[in-house]
Amino acid sequence: MWMIATRELRSLFLSPLGWSILGAVQILFGWFFVWLVYFFVRPDVQASLASDPNAPGLTAMVVASLFDWIGIVLLLVTPLLTMRLISEERRNNTLPLLLSAPLSMTSIILGKFLGVMGFFLILVAMLMLMPLSLLLGGNLDFGQLASGLLGIILFLGALSALGLYISTLTAQPTVAAISTFAAFLLLWMFDWAESAGEQSSVLGYLAITKHYQPLLKGLFSSTDVVYYVLFIVLFLILSIQRLDANRLQ
Amino acid sequence: MNLDTLVSVQNLSRFYGNFCAVKDISFEVKRGQILGFLGPNGAGKTTTMQIITGTLAPSIGQISVAGYDLLDYPKLAKAGIGYLPEQPPLYQEMLVEEYLRFCAKLHLIQRSAINKAVNRVMEQCGLIAVSKRLIANLSKGYQQRVGIAQAIIHSPSVVILDEPTIGLDPIQIREIRDLIRHLGEEHSVILSTHILPEVQAVCNHVQIINHGELIFNDTISGLFSQIQSTHLQIALHRPPAISVLQQIQDVEEVEVQDNHHFRIRHVADKNPAEMLVERAVAGHWGLYELIPEHRSLEQVFVELTGADEIPPSAPFSKGEINQVTLTEGIDNNTLTKKITVEAT
Repeated sequence: MWMIATRELRSLFLSPLGWSILGAVQILFGWFFVWLVYFFVRPDVQASLASDPNAPGLTAMVVASLFDWIGIVLLLVTPLLTMRLISEERRNNTLPLLLSAPLSMTSIILGKFLGVMGFFLILVAMLMLMPLSLLLGGNLDFGQLASGLLGIILFLGALSALGLYISTLTAQPTVAAISTFAAFLLLWMFDWAESAGEQSSVLGYLAITKHYQPLLKGLFSSTDVVYYVLFIVLFLILSIQRLDANRLQ
Repeated sequence: MNLDTLVSVQNLSRFYGNFCAVKDISFEVKRGQILGFLGPNGAGKTTTMQIITGTLAPSIGQISVAGYDLLDYPKLAKAGIGYLPEQPPLYQEMLVEEYLRFCAKLHLIQRSAINKAVNRVMEQCGLIAVSKRLIANLSKGYQQRVGIAQAIIHSPSVVILDEPTIGLDPIQIREIRDLIRHLGEEHSVILSTHILPEVQAVCNHVQIINHGELIFNDTISGLFSQIQSTHLQIALHRPPAISVLQQIQDVEEVEVQDNHHFRIRHVADKNPAEMLVERAVAGHWGLYELIPEHRSLEQVFVELTGADEIPPSAPFSKGEINQVTLTEGIDNNTLTKKITVEAT
């Protein structure tokens, strides 16, 4: 399991893909972070904050909105990372190597999942440096920061699990990427559906983007955590089943 | 179960939808055997190998490797197998050494033993010189070797190679065959191929599969006894009348190939060569060629696989082989005439 995860992670860094995603995301959020901080310290914003007894703090204003956007951007990036997981193995005929090795299907799938998660952890750790740099001139609410971090990691876990499952369905990484995009967008759109009217609340509940918002606000609700954990477990099990069914055809 | 039986396949069948790729196959492979698995394209060789290695599930049947049932103890059974699929399973973006290291870990070789194992297979497969090169940049032959190295890195009791010499140059083919022979000393090897001389060169056991059915399973010498033919090729400077040749004892049929060349079919188990030579000397026929014809493996193969049933697309079709036998030893512009005993 771990050697598959390590290989997955290394192959991401052996190709330009991993580096370019890291670089692009870093530049994007570097700029965005500066803009957020700049906005926060603007005199008129500070003045209105000072006059409001329930004004959001530094963490809520800067870190929460930063994490919110990280979620959206990584939703667009994840398909690029997950598309190759199984479909490329299949296309390059390397899958037999894993299947004929003394490994269970579960450890192959878990290895792949952990590999991608490892990459996301590196990505998030680098992005975390930005809010942490605020410590130089201010105080952070570490509780909210930790809950936001947990939220983003669970969210990315759910995205990766779904992406991994879609990748087991096809031998074409591009097809996997497009389908994953579509699935993500659909799950995201459920969120908008809810804001349109009350009747679609079930769909709204399914929305993948909705459940980490409370965590970003520092609101730890076990429902949201369970939602993501179930989501991850469901798609990992489906992936294992799918890979196993592959032998039966 | 006999300890020396490393692979046992019982009543194996495999369906793809309604299409039956492998039909009720049973066989065993013992330690030290190099089993050649022969068959035309689409006969079910690769399917059988995929099933033995656990990359494909059988529809019906039981497989055990090194005494462990593949379904009940998949990890233990798979640990005893080294598999080189038709397409070597290589990660193009990795270095040779790095890739082999990964394979060693995949096969659960202990951390302390990995270096030794990697160095051993690199030496065995002649990869030392390219160990720091990217797999994507290697030639097909070297990639194939990396594939073989990957299959033997954990010293499995059974090595399964699917068409290992395809796409290699003759020197590499010879090296790989030597390697396979060497492997056969300590492991069992199952080798699939449709190149018959390859079987002759390396295998000590042969299995022929066609349309998913096992139609021949014997040692290589058993196969050779099938090769004995009942034909002699002779060439005479001053040939006598055909009827004279036909009257020699044990001769059944004479085929005239041109003015000097004849092909003689004789009774099985009896060879008229001696008599023929005596008569030739006595009659001043000027005998200058006498070749006992061996049936080629191809012919045996065609016979065994029942050429009539082979679809036209199959590589060994009856017409093709017949043509080869008829034109053997004659000029391109001479016509072949076939004269039977009845005709005279």
